[in-house]
Amino acid sequence: MALSRHTIAAVALTAALLAGGCSKSERVRAASPKAVGNRKAAPPFTLKDAEGKTVSLEDYKGKVVLLNFWATWCGPCKIEIPWFIAFEQKYKEKGFSVVGVSMDEEGWNTVKPFLAEEKINYRVLLGNDSVGTLYGGVDSLPTTFVIDREGNIAATHIGLVSKSDYEDEIVQLLDAKRTAVGADSHAAAGSN
Amino acid sequence: MALILTPLPAQISTVLTVTPPEKIAGKRNETVTADFKLQLRTGYHVNSNTPNDEFLIPLRFTWTNGAAEAGEVVFPKPQQEKYEFSKTPVSVFSGEFKTQTKFKLVSTGTMIGKLRYQACSDKVCLPPRTVEVKLPVEVHN
Repeated sequence: MALSRHTIAAVALTAALLAGGCSKSERVRAASPKAVGNRKAAPPFTLKDAEGKTVSLEDYKGKVVLLNFWATWCGPCKIEIPWFIAFEQKYKEKGFSVVGVSMDEEGWNTVKPFLAEEKINYRVLLGNDSVGTLYGGVDSLPTTFVIDREGNIAATHIGLVSKSDYEDEIVQLLDAKRTAVGADSHAAAGSN
Repeated sequence: MALILTPLPAQISTVLTVTPPEKIAGKRNETVTADFKLQLRTGYHVNSNTPNDEFLIPLRFTWTNGAAEAGEVVFPKPQQEKYEFSKTPVSVFSGEFKTQTKFKLVSTGTMIGKLRYQACSDKVCLPPRTVEVKLPVEVHN
């Protein structure tokens, strides 16, 4: 049976993609947030930070948040911390924040020296079992939730994942907002 | 009924299994040695009793004196493993290992021990846990 011109073109395109022939801009990202319709609201909580200030997840509405449950005794968590420091620096001005929730039972006496030693530049809160339960138990650390600007959980990671996975998700969520704002601005401009 | 007649089973937690001796037995005031077999799930380790990082939680095995008086818990020599998160090797136990404790027998009954550990793989850590270990003591004249 003779192949149609379309079939030949499709086969050629598939072969080119399989051979790595797609350009950088066309490359499929390693990690992608859940589709907007599949996201659930991040459970609200209120905890204290190292200065004793009460902090709510609600305070971050409108921002992309990387909510990281960790502990000082967690080795894999220590691998991620320098990444989170870098993300906080790089994306803070674009509407992004890292929020660490320490699950150390010993409290600030243990956590504060660790924050100083690791030079952590993002906000860290002292967690408890109630907040852990809200987020599915948090039986393993690190457990990280990437939350979109609407306060919905766009990605969940249990255990150590790669820096690029996190960064891909953060960038996509930040870009998603920019697109939406751009569309809104455009619509508003067009209505005048 | 069969369960009651069965020797004390291994005391199981998520990643660590502790198998005590079926019992320790002897005359009152006699000192006996008990071996406890600890088995970690493949891919996991626990910090040793002497971790070389102040933030790591050490393995602890403690006893409440009652039917016997517990002596020092002797741990094997830990492994020094290099992990990505640590600049220096970490003192850990993995696989199967044994701890040993001497008990001075007092009366027939059950000794209760507590094993506190904190386990990790190279990707994930579990919160510190404490498991209860029961050791039947039989004293005869």
